[in-house]
Amino acid sequence: MEKRFLWVLAFLSISIVSAQEYFPNNGGLKQENTNYTALTNATLYITPTNVVKNGTLLIKDGKVVASGKSVNIPKNVVKIDLDGMYIYPSFVDPYTDFGVEKPERERARGREPQYDASRDGFYWNDHIMPEFEAISAFTYDSKKAKEYREAGFGTVNTHRMDGIARGTGVLVALNDEDGAGTRIINDKSGQYYSFEKSVASRQSYPTSLMGAMALLRQMYHDAAWYAKGNSDTKDRSLEALNANKAVVSFFEAGSKDNNVRADKIGDAFNINYVIVGGGNEYEMIDKIQKTNARYIIPLDFPEAFDVSDPYSQKYMSLADMRDWNQAPMNPKWLSDKGVEFSLTTFKLKKPSELKENIQKAIAYGYNETKALQALTTIPASFLNASDKIGTLQEGRYANFLITSGPIFNAETTIYENWVQGQKNIINTKDLKDIRGNYKITVGGKSYDVKLSGDISKLKSDVKQGSTTYPSKIDYKDNWVSLSFTNEKTKEVFRTTGIIPKTDQNFYGRVVLPSGAEEEFTAVRQSGGANGSSKDKDKVKKHEIVPLTYPNVGYGFEKIPQSQNILFKNATVWTSEEAGILENTDVLVKNGKIAAVGKDLKAGGATTVDATGKHLTAGIIDEHSHIAALSINEAGHNSSAEVSIEDVVDPEDINIYRNLAGGVTSIQILHGSANPIGGRSAILKLKWGEDAEGLIYDNSPKFIKFALGENVKQSNWGSNVRTRFPQTRMGVEQVYINYFNRAKEYDAKKKAGKPYRYDEEMEVLAEILNGERFISCHSYVQSEINMLMKVAEQFGFKVNTFTHILEGYKVADKMKQHGVGASTFSDWWAYKFEVNDAIPYNAAIMASQGLVVAINSDDAEMSRRLNQEAAKGVKYGGMSEEEAWKMVTINPAKLLHLDDRTGSIKEGKDADLVLWSDHPLSVYAKAEKTLIDGTTYFDIETDKEMRQNIQEERNKLVKLMLDEKEAGGNTRSPKGKDKIHFECETIH
Amino acid sequence: MKNYIYTIILLVFGGTVFAQQTPAPKQTEVITIVGATAHVGNGTYIEKSVIVLEDGKIAAIGTSEVTPRGRVIDAHGKHVYPGLIAPAKSLGLVEVNAVRASNDQDEVGEFIPNVRSLIAYNAESKVVESMRPNGVLLGQVAPQGGTISGTSSIVQFDAWNWEDAAIKVDDGIHLNWPNSFKRGRWWLGEERGYKPNKDYAEDIQKTVDFILSAKAYGNGKAGEQPNESFKAMQGLFEGSKKLYIYANGEKEIIDAVTNTKENGVKHVVIVGGYEAHKIIPFLKKNNIPVLVQQPHALPSREDDDYDMAYKLPKILSESGLLVGLQNESMSNFQTRNLPFYAGHVAGQGLDKEKALQMVTGNNAKILGIDDSYGTLERGKSATLFISEGDALDMRTNILTHAFIDGREISLETHQTELWKRYMEKYSRE
Repeated sequence: MEKRFLWVLAFLSISIVSAQEYFPNNGGLKQENTNYTALTNATLYITPTNVVKNGTLLIKDGKVVASGKSVNIPKNVVKIDLDGMYIYPSFVDPYTDFGVEKPERERARGREPQYDASRDGFYWNDHIMPEFEAISAFTYDSKKAKEYREAGFGTVNTHRMDGIARGTGVLVALNDEDGAGTRIINDKSGQYYSFEKSVASRQSYPTSLMGAMALLRQMYHDAAWYAKGNSDTKDRSLEALNANKAVVSFFEAGSKDNNVRADKIGDAFNINYVIVGGGNEYEMIDKIQKTNARYIIPLDFPEAFDVSDPYSQKYMSLADMRDWNQAPMNPKWLSDKGVEFSLTTFKLKKPSELKENIQKAIAYGYNETKALQALTTIPASFLNASDKIGTLQEGRYANFLITSGPIFNAETTIYENWVQGQKNIINTKDLKDIRGNYKITVGGKSYDVKLSGDISKLKSDVKQGSTTYPSKIDYKDNWVSLSFTNEKTKEVFRTTGIIPKTDQNFYGRVVLPSGAEEEFTAVRQSGGANGSSKDKDKVKKHEIVPLTYPNVGYGFEKIPQSQNILFKNATVWTSEEAGILENTDVLVKNGKIAAVGKDLKAGGATTVDATGKHLTAGIIDEHSHIAALSINEAGHNSSAEVSIEDVVDPEDINIYRNLAGGVTSIQILHGSANPIGGRSAILKLKWGEDAEGLIYDNSPKFIKFALGENVKQSNWGSNVRTRFPQTRMGVEQVYINYFNRAKEYDAKKKAGKPYRYDEEMEVLAEILNGERFISCHSYVQSEINMLMKVAEQFGFKVNTFTHILEGYKVADKMKQHGVGASTFSDWWAYKFEVNDAIPYNAAIMASQGLVVAINSDDAEMSRRLNQEAAKGVKYGGMSEEEAWKMVTINPAKLLHLDDRTGSIKEGKDADLVLWSDHPLSVYAKAEKTLIDGTTYFDIETDKEMRQNIQEERNKLVKLMLDEKEAGGNTRSPKGKDKIHFECETIH
Repeated sequence: MKNYIYTIILLVFGGTVFAQQTPAPKQTEVITIVGATAHVGNGTYIEKSVIVLEDGKIAAIGTSEVTPRGRVIDAHGKHVYPGLIAPAKSLGLVEVNAVRASNDQDEVGEFIPNVRSLIAYNAESKVVESMRPNGVLLGQVAPQGGTISGTSSIVQFDAWNWEDAAIKVDDGIHLNWPNSFKRGRWWLGEERGYKPNKDYAEDIQKTVDFILSAKAYGNGKAGEQPNESFKAMQGLFEGSKKLYIYANGEKEIIDAVTNTKENGVKHVVIVGGYEAHKIIPFLKKNNIPVLVQQPHALPSREDDDYDMAYKLPKILSESGLLVGLQNESMSNFQTRNLPFYAGHVAGQGLDKEKALQMVTGNNAKILGIDDSYGTLERGKSATLFISEGDALDMRTNILTHAFIDGREISLETHQTELWKRYMEKYSRE
């Protein structure tokens, strides 16, 4: 029967395909069907907010002619009565890769990295492909189309999900019957971007998120420059980018903080991206709201962890457990904030998962009308296609759903999904709903039968008393077949019955295990029991645990505020000429150090008795790699265009751990993969603030340079031998080349001549102009001397040598140049160039009058820089006061922050640490760490937090166990694997 | 002023600059150290101590009742400690980590107990030499990698060659226990994160099978075809060798102890033990000592206490377990910080003498060299050092003398020589 129906459809469709007005028809007589179709008596959603009871939808030629309560129905009409049923506009998915061929993954031919582009005549980077048109790789996939239609979609937007600039996409109606001429609604529906490189090219650059960001910025700069006719050569990528300026841009960011990153790029170039989010927007909802961007939000809510093995529980972080708990709130919280967003099946394993996840979002408070808009009118508007799809107003495509009830109800069945006037049956609507409880008498015994599930996909449950009989049911075309088995005797009973149009009961024939046949009647006891109880439990709302700042373990319930505090009777290490003051008070007011002296009055400030304790300025780590999502842009030998400020990670637990070690400020340096690295981020470790809140106001500008084994790739394996430089000789020439070019660039710019805006050159020019400082990774004396000479040649000074393990050999020359030193206390022997590294280095350099700091380059060591500074006393006999300066005022001087922090002096920022003991002693613990007068670490509060974390973890474990018991899906436990960056981490 | 200070330092040390690292000759004269606080290494200390060193041994230790003899070292106000012992390190097997040619710590193979560290131990390593000025005088040199990495030996750090250095040959076998969770190799395109290791049971079985085969081999007749790897295992069943099992998770530790003890291994030591505090009764019942990881480590997991690694040795020690400190997961050069690891643990509230015990007496006991080393007791080896102040605190760990088997060793190194050389350069200017 179904097959025959399909044949009819196929026949019809052939004639329609060839029914284009101006096409000749040699397959039959040319004739047109001018009939109307009217769907009547339905609850009609013309738009998500305009709902008509007993409405009529009149369509013709694949489009809506009229919709509403009173619609004039012409004579030549096929009427379909939908009494009791609902009509909705079909859904629109704005973000898929439907029908677009996936690019072939480029296999490594040699094992050499590839630095240059593979293509010719296009942009210099393979991952930038704005010229790619998805339509050229598009084949309509009717199998996939069916999956989408079954989930309620009538139109999908598609593109090739590959590369940083991905080219244009296609808006397609899921119309199997008509040809491309009808179903392709727009073959340039949008242009697409992401931070992910193409799999089709092995070109190294960019290796990092910050590199991808810089590349996108440069691409837009270059496009503008190209548009002005400045290029001598043809660049088809930039031409396409310029030609498509009016086409809406979609940006797959994929997470809350990447959303903000994408938006920032957009803002710089006046592009209002539609941003594809990550589902965790709720964790920084205010920031997301402030972007004012439009979003596409995936619904792949995390599954609960299977926590039944107590040994595996420890692997899950509280943050990941919370994500399971809180993520279903994302749509509600976004919509409460007025963020405009569409939904998508993107990230779901298959489109059919949409329903359950929307139900979940609704169970967690997301408004149903909003949900419907997010699937219809909103994606349509993002795609500039509101005049065609998303509603059932006159003139729109006849893309609509016929359902048994309200669309998002669990028990509702989608009967039909019409696309461009073509009917697609999902579940036959003529099937009678026979769900309910029955009593069947077979072979003299009576059985209880419960029928539930979808109308056409029933589930059966057969019992006699408390004994369950495994059963199977099949229901179609008004016939029902039910078989059930007695598990003990293995006897099988087979029944087949017809469903009468009116009667509540049904009856038929049963084949008994003996082979004998008899009549049976199923007598209906009660109705209801729609949907399986299991499905309902899946979307049950569980208790939501509160968010914290940041939303990970040890986050604060409220962002901490500054307090006026009087530290009484401490030993105060001023790191100033005043030295170490016994029995001294320090008053903190409005985030600043207000007074240092004896017997100060509190005047309303909270008093802390610091008798027997030591108060110091907060520790400053000149060389840190914590709190960053990437550290090295290793794709080029210079990467001045990248900035760590773009990739600050405010949720890194190492921020909190650093605070617990008395650290208040850090410089996050780029790594040492290339001679010219990237720009630094200098942070105050204000745990709980977002990335912007962590970065210093009016931050001094720094950039990382690097010398030696890392930049010449000595330890990258024997296959990596082609990038310039491979020797220390080459390193010098890299600098000279880049500074020559920067000089030329700057001169051109200053002269007002036209120039190609180059972010890399801009940064290098800042160095030449003394506006940006270099912190240079360095080991052996030859290279140290070399860089000073290069700098002198170009008329600037190197600010800091970091690591500088052979600084002691050229301390006199460094003094002469005027450079500072930031070094390890006692590291050596890990590679060839540290053979002569000695722990006396700091003391020797200090003895020659250099400003010397001790740094960490390590998330663990940074927590005890006080101990590392103390090694200056052991190795080389520094005074304790001088040793202490190496982790406070000296790094502040190196970072040009000494007017603000690094010592205890009236008027300076109240960045302070209260120690239990002499701060250089191995026995000392930080008890309180303050930044700008705000307590970010307190050893007592920490104890409470530990307790709270335990309790919250227990609560979440219990909730997850409940979910598993209720039949919810679970996944095996997974633990975070955080990368602890060092200079050499390539990422 | 500063230059002046350095000139003094140069004058003091300048005269003693000689070809560093020449092993000291055998003790010939009796030496008595007088007046120092002697930290015995067993949890006690003796104020105003008198220690007599004779023929490489401690001939007497006490206070005023002991009569000084021979050369007297006045150490009033100073501190004497037993030589610190570094377990589970590859000291002398690798010189510069990044230089492959200098790396001899990890041989190819999963089960290679017959691979012996001692014969590759470089007695002239500059890294080993740098241990001594901080008081680290002895170490267990252990092969790395694989499942059974090989056999370690225990050496002292002042010798002409490995044979002279050895104080206990082939003392133990080192086994890296499999993990019940596996790290996704994201750099190879796998998903990042820790996931249950589906092969955990199988991995254990492989290890157990190897142990059983080795045991069966031992039960066989002599004269059968020799199998060196099985042969190397026999000491474990006889009790002459210890099995050092590297494991951190509670499940892994329980599995490791159960599976090895059940199959006839006599002495098991847990190395690592990040979660040992969760199963203290189990460890006590099985009489398992723990060589716990150094405190200078990040918590393993995001939600763990920031000071988990700081306080772990204290928790284990206070529970009554036999606990030593090691830093196997760190670079070899860091081992000179062994005294400061102990200091850091003391900073968490553990008695300082108990903290010291973890790098002296307890390590000696666990490694099975406590008959001669690890404590300042009469009859034991005169392996000890004198520090100006508290040796567990970096500010005051300043050695004036160090002795190994009564031989007064040089405290100079490649590094002190460079220091002096360049201070000399600057003093000329």
